[in-house]
Amino acid sequence: MSINATPTGADVTAEETTRSTGRHATVPTQRAGRRKPPLSENRKAERKLGWLLCAPAALVMVAVTAYPIIYSVWLSLQRFDLRFPDEREFIGLENYVTVLSNEFWWTAFGVTMLITVVTVAVELVLGMGLAVIMHRTLVGRGIVRTAALIPYGIVTVVAAFSWRYAWTPGTGYLANLFSEGAPLTERASSLAIIMLAEIWKTTPFMALLLMAGLALVPEDLLKAASTDGATAWQRFTKVMLPVMKPAILVALLFRTLDAFRVFDNIFVLTAGGNETSSVSMLAYNNLIRGLNLGIGSTMSVLIFVTVAIIAFVFVKLFGTAAPGSDDGERR
Amino acid sequence: MADIVLDKVSKKFPDGTVAVQDVDLEIADGEFVILVGPSGCGKSTTLNMIAGLEDISSGELRIGGQRVNDKAPRDRDIAMVFQSYALYPNMTVRENMAFPLRLAKLDKETINQKVDEAAKVLELTSLLDRRPANLSGGQRQRVAMGRAIVRQPKAFLMDEPLSNLDAKLRVQMRTVVSRLQKQLGTTTVYVTHDQTEAMTLGDRVVIMRGGAVQQVGPPQELYDHPRNLFVAGFIGSPSMNFLHAAVQDGGLRTGLGDVPLGDRVRRELEAADAPRELILGIRPEHFEDAELVDDDTRRRGLEFEAPVEIVESMGSDKYVYFTVEGERASAAELEELAADAGASDFSGAGSNLVTRLSAESPVAEGQSRRVWFNLEKIHLFDPTNGRNLTLHEGRAAGALAD
Amino acid sequence: MATGTETTTRARVRWGLLDLLVVVFALVPVLWIASLSFKTPGTLTDGNFIPREWTLDNYRTIFDTDQFVRALINSIGIALIATLVAVVLGAMAAYAISRLDFPGKGLLVGVSLLIAMFPQVSLVSPLFEIERQLGLFDTWPGLILPYITFALPLAIYTLSAFFKQIPWDLEKAAKMDGATQGQAFRRVIAPLAAPGLFTTAILVFIFCWNDFLFAITLTSTERARTVPVALSFFTGESQFEDPTGAICAAAVVITVPIILFVLFFQRRIVSGLTSGAVKG
Repeated sequence: MSINATPTGADVTAEETTRSTGRHATVPTQRAGRRKPPLSENRKAERKLGWLLCAPAALVMVAVTAYPIIYSVWLSLQRFDLRFPDEREFIGLENYVTVLSNEFWWTAFGVTMLITVVTVAVELVLGMGLAVIMHRTLVGRGIVRTAALIPYGIVTVVAAFSWRYAWTPGTGYLANLFSEGAPLTERASSLAIIMLAEIWKTTPFMALLLMAGLALVPEDLLKAASTDGATAWQRFTKVMLPVMKPAILVALLFRTLDAFRVFDNIFVLTAGGNETSSVSMLAYNNLIRGLNLGIGSTMSVLIFVTVAIIAFVFVKLFGTAAPGSDDGERR
Repeated sequence: MADIVLDKVSKKFPDGTVAVQDVDLEIADGEFVILVGPSGCGKSTTLNMIAGLEDISSGELRIGGQRVNDKAPRDRDIAMVFQSYALYPNMTVRENMAFPLRLAKLDKETINQKVDEAAKVLELTSLLDRRPANLSGGQRQRVAMGRAIVRQPKAFLMDEPLSNLDAKLRVQMRTVVSRLQKQLGTTTVYVTHDQTEAMTLGDRVVIMRGGAVQQVGPPQELYDHPRNLFVAGFIGSPSMNFLHAAVQDGGLRTGLGDVPLGDRVRRELEAADAPRELILGIRPEHFEDAELVDDDTRRRGLEFEAPVEIVESMGSDKYVYFTVEGERASAAELEELAADAGASDFSGAGSNLVTRLSAESPVAEGQSRRVWFNLEKIHLFDPTNGRNLTLHEGRAAGALAD
Repeated sequence: MATGTETTTRARVRWGLLDLLVVVFALVPVLWIASLSFKTPGTLTDGNFIPREWTLDNYRTIFDTDQFVRALINSIGIALIATLVAVVLGAMAAYAISRLDFPGKGLLVGVSLLIAMFPQVSLVSPLFEIERQLGLFDTWPGLILPYITFALPLAIYTLSAFFKQIPWDLEKAAKMDGATQGQAFRRVIAPLAAPGLFTTAILVFIFCWNDFLFAITLTSTERARTVPVALSFFTGESQFEDPTGAICAAAVVITVPIILFVLFFQRRIVSGLTSGAVKG
């Protein structure tokens, strides 16, 4: 039995350090067994198992995304039209000049941005309301949640057809709501209907993400706030919103990037007519209708870059609130 | 059944932190040993190393005379009870308790018989078909114990098994654990941060701090003869009072008056490198209302007068809190203990004194009161290294010893 | 006391009205397309929300055509296979991420997050060309592969959240009880993870079932065309005089499984979506 009962002054400081670091190391006893010294057999086996388990998923994801995106950069530097395969040649950035100086591209870009900004903004407000209802309603919580999941689960194309027929003159129950004539043949009303369809379909998803944030607000905190004399609105803005901030940011990020990909609704509702094409729609048309791989790939790359910029801005603005950034800590 | 020997066992994490440093410990066959210390002292890591859930960085671990450093937990034949109970929620109580036996490939009849036996010991027979979700905290705890005892392992390891129970149940379960261990006579290592459990349960207590063992011994010995400031402050509730004391003219100047010193302590303080400032330690029960002390006893102690702050009447005796003037005792150990109690930044000016006086004392809040304390029971600590200066051949002898 | 009950009654009524609003908002478009699918050709264009004359002819029509039946088989087969593969691969990766320590874990989490945000249309052009070269264009695997890819991040996130809920102590306890790593996984972890796997499977299935973009760009014939795409092609087919009724009937058919999932597994879907997406 060795007992260090008479340490020297120097030993005290040494102990002091081991104490503080020792605390750091042992407090989460839950993680014991995962942290092992390097090169031990267990540790090696654990690494190997980890890689082995992740390899298939990683391979599929990289093979289906990384390679094609590189390939599409290569395609975008070529003149490559499947209708004239003999004219295939390397042309540098000419496709980019063509696309970026094309007014259809910029119209589509504007439409996509407009749809993204408007729908995400409206969804944030509606989604917050829906989240509060789903979270706090006194009656029929199950019914509300079930109903709200239907737009989330339903096939977008199906919903789009429903809206299309609703606004078709003669057939639809909404067609004569605002004016005579056909709403889906005019630009402004078409865009409005596209946005309505998007909002209907995706608000529940937004609401679910926000509800997860709401669930994090401790009930006691709200009670404390109301005994401190806060009104319902003050409780919402001063207590709930700050706690929910990370959830709101995640929801906004996911929905913004998702909204930017808008395609299905436009395809069914207007097929891109009356200048209602989104960038996805335009890329599709150039590829499948135009069979122009060069131009289509150029658009693909441009969309990818735009989305990357949006994501980058979000992560920069919100920093650590971005999902995944805290992963090391949460185990 | 077997003895467990830790021979210079250390644990170093890949990032360089040392959680456990050169722990030497011999646990005899059938002994009940408690590992205790503040959070982060390395007690759980030590237990996990014995269990095999954590690799040993250096040193050797022997169970029943056999080196087991590289053996997987299942080859060590030891059972563990977790703080969270870790009952398998998808299995009934019976299946939970049978699980280790089924893994050991015993035949059905033996399994059933052993489970029934263990259930009877722990009064779980009527609960055997329930699932953990339908059990109370105390029942779950007993199932966890049951799962450990069915296979009659070489040793039990318990990682704060009672800390998720409410206070009343904890006291009850404490006796259950104690009785069970005596009945089975199985070597047991029990980790806790609760010093009451440490005092009441074990044959021997190991106090750890910063990954190193501070003192090992039977509970009463640690209480009466603490080797250092940390052990003195950790064991005992309410804990020992610590006061600043200045060495002056062969005596000590303290907030309670001048304390005379016996020859032995004085000799020690005459050494060239001896500290000029000390920490005086007195346990609450070594105070008494000066009125209630007879003359014979009075001579062995000192008296002082101080304003009474709070009186807590416990029926059998009274806890009386005084404020005394003078500098506060300070040492790294004391700060650490305060931090562990969560009170590091929550104490007023001056020193607070906790005393345990006889119930007959007419003391009242707001008054001033004369109080006597026993000089033969005080401890003196060197603040730079925490050493107990009154200790002689392992026994504390007070300030007056010659 | 009396005023107390009164306010709760009033509060109940207020919440009830809000609930009703949500239910109406969510259900009207679905009921509308269902209503259209039951209308006779004569009443199809009367603009009435509820059919004046009911008929099942539209359903008979679509199930009589090869075009729809073939697409339905494609949809079911492709979505099921993609779901199965994605959940298995996702479970392996999620288990590793939530339980093991190995270099490159952060990278994998990052990559799957990037893919979750990836603009799918950016893949359309290169995949179109690559799959044509590899002979995968207009085949089941040609769709299953991108589906798995985009379902994997969802599966990994949801499943990691489920695995993390299983207390680490249980695995340690199993080891102490004498189990090997494999036994601990099979007898303790797997049974507890089953509900999580099921929930993830539903979410992934809904994702695959829903896809339109890949299905319309990576198929060209009935070989692999799924229902959403087939629907959009009903419009121009001459075999239907007015395709509206048929489209609506087909739309209702592919909505039924979704409604069933939502009705029976509402709680699971909600918990799966919220646990995977927002990390406490």
